[in-house]
Amino acid sequence: MTTDQEKTNLILTVEGVTKTFDGFKAITNLNFYLDRGELRTVIGPNGAGKSTFFDLITGRTKPDTGKIEFGWDTDLTALNEYEINRLGIGRKFQTPSVYSEHSVWENLLLSLKGPRGVFSTLFHRTSTEQCDRIDELLTLIRLDAKRDWLAGQLAHGEKQWLEIGMLLAQDPQVLLVDEPAAGMTDDETHRTGELLLSLAGKHSIVVVEHDMAFVKQIARDGKVTVLHQGTVLCEGKFDDVQADTRVREVYLGRGQHGTR
Amino acid sequence: MSAPTTRRIEFIAVAVIATLLIVVFPLLNSAGVISNFTLNLWGKYLCYALLAISVDLLWGYTGLLSLGQALFFSLGGYMLGMHLMRMIGDLGQYHKPIPDFLIFLGWTELPTFWKPFSSFPFAAAMVILLPGLVALVFGFLAFRSRIKGVYFSILTQALTYGGSLMFFRNDMLMGGNNGFTDYKFLLGADVRDASTQRALFIATAVTLVLVYLGCSWLSRTKLGLIQRAIRDGENRVLFSGYAAAGFKLFIFVLAALIASVGGALYVPQVGIINPSEMTPDKSLEAVVWVAVGGRGTLVGPVVGAIVVNALKSWATRAYPDLWLFFLGGMFVIVVLFLPGGIVSIPDRIKMWWARRADANAATSAPVAP
Repeated sequence: MTTDQEKTNLILTVEGVTKTFDGFKAITNLNFYLDRGELRTVIGPNGAGKSTFFDLITGRTKPDTGKIEFGWDTDLTALNEYEINRLGIGRKFQTPSVYSEHSVWENLLLSLKGPRGVFSTLFHRTSTEQCDRIDELLTLIRLDAKRDWLAGQLAHGEKQWLEIGMLLAQDPQVLLVDEPAAGMTDDETHRTGELLLSLAGKHSIVVVEHDMAFVKQIARDGKVTVLHQGTVLCEGKFDDVQADTRVREVYLGRGQHGTR
Repeated sequence: MSAPTTRRIEFIAVAVIATLLIVVFPLLNSAGVISNFTLNLWGKYLCYALLAISVDLLWGYTGLLSLGQALFFSLGGYMLGMHLMRMIGDLGQYHKPIPDFLIFLGWTELPTFWKPFSSFPFAAAMVILLPGLVALVFGFLAFRSRIKGVYFSILTQALTYGGSLMFFRNDMLMGGNNGFTDYKFLLGADVRDASTQRALFIATAVTLVLVYLGCSWLSRTKLGLIQRAIRDGENRVLFSGYAAAGFKLFIFVLAALIASVGGALYVPQVGIINPSEMTPDKSLEAVVWVAVGGRGTLVGPVVGAIVVNALKSWATRAYPDLWLFFLGGMFVIVVLFLPGGIVSIPDRIKMWWARRADANAATSAPVAP
């Protein structure tokens, strides 16, 4: 249990969470605490429950037991996806999810922070500040030259970047990023890592990733959480985690996965 | 082509077609160049175009394949039909002040819910209110339960089927399977007069132009962007803080109102409304019009409704037994070979032309020094 002193610095609290799908325990007694401004990396073999973990935080599925809280005491289990998003929790999906028939610019416009109601969007007029903000984001994600392209025409890596840009447009407090480097070249992966590192501090970030070189790049001195069979196997600095025998057994030692 | 140029071309095209429909055709009709029959037929097509736009607003723009739009079309028709029945007065077969079918059922007095329909403003308000309310309640329940895809289609089909079964019953007091017909007057004018029919045609054309412009504006608003975003990635919309259900409900009700107004304009022009108009196959037909014309565009449903129905008018006379094969065949051909519908043909030709030019350039290239 945490004391109130510690709690003030926590932005996300997941305690004793269990989720079962048709008898299959996807998440078992999971405890996870995220500090404000922290950049946390979550690793784990396939089926470890990483995506379900994100689903639980973002309201896509509800836990059977346990509590999930945002900031001081906002109970996330009582809210649905868009309410949780409005609190300031943004999510990037594993497969890039952008609006393929909309231009890059429109994708960002729809993601910008602002009123989300039916009638406020009906009579919405894009302000110069908003245009400036979109320009800023376009430069940041290096899609300035492709602002009028349909998102569906972008390369896979560019879609990943666009989705990260869409997340940033929402200006969330917490960013949940699922496999941002998937399908990227080494150079793109490295740049993605640098982008995430530059965002830490201002935002609290959780990154789920498979690529160990990438994890090493972004983890630095921060904590790495290893998930296995729906629960936290161990947590610590990258080198410590890598040295942990249990981790080697279930994940790193298996095949060539962790050694590249 | 840049967006402003496309917009200007669209504006000019709409202005030309609007002038043709609202001014030229009716003038040619009063001059005797266009027969009353033809004008009346086109009035019917334009009502169908409204129905097609309502289908496309849901299917093409929001990704919701509603197979129940004929219900809202018919409900609008029934609401105005009730007023038309009241306007018959005592000129019916039985020469009593209430509609014939009520006398046939043994009624001597007007049922209470019929009474306010003697007023045209009331009936006109009900054209909006009743289908709007049905769409609001049904849509609220369906979208809140996150019913989508094929389940939404099946449910809307069940809704219109349920509606038709209800209206087929005599004890609904809505005319049973015969529905309403034999209208005499609308706003003091004889509905069978050529001038009344011409006025109805103009009213339909004006409505269609306004609905077209309104939907065109809607598609350019941020709400329009979200509408298409729901179609292409509803998860992203939800996880971006938009309550997708609210947006879907708004579009669903709007589409119901467009269909309903179309139905209300249809009934005095064809002179009859009965429950067969709300059977599921009527809704399916409207889906075929949209697919054939070009879904996800606003011109597509209008073109589709007119072309398919003009073809139907011809084929049902020339080949009465083969008409359904025509319709089915057309749908299959469009789905297989022309997914963008008729309106995508010019782009296709342009692409084919460009490719041919490229091929010519490639073959002549080696000859060049």
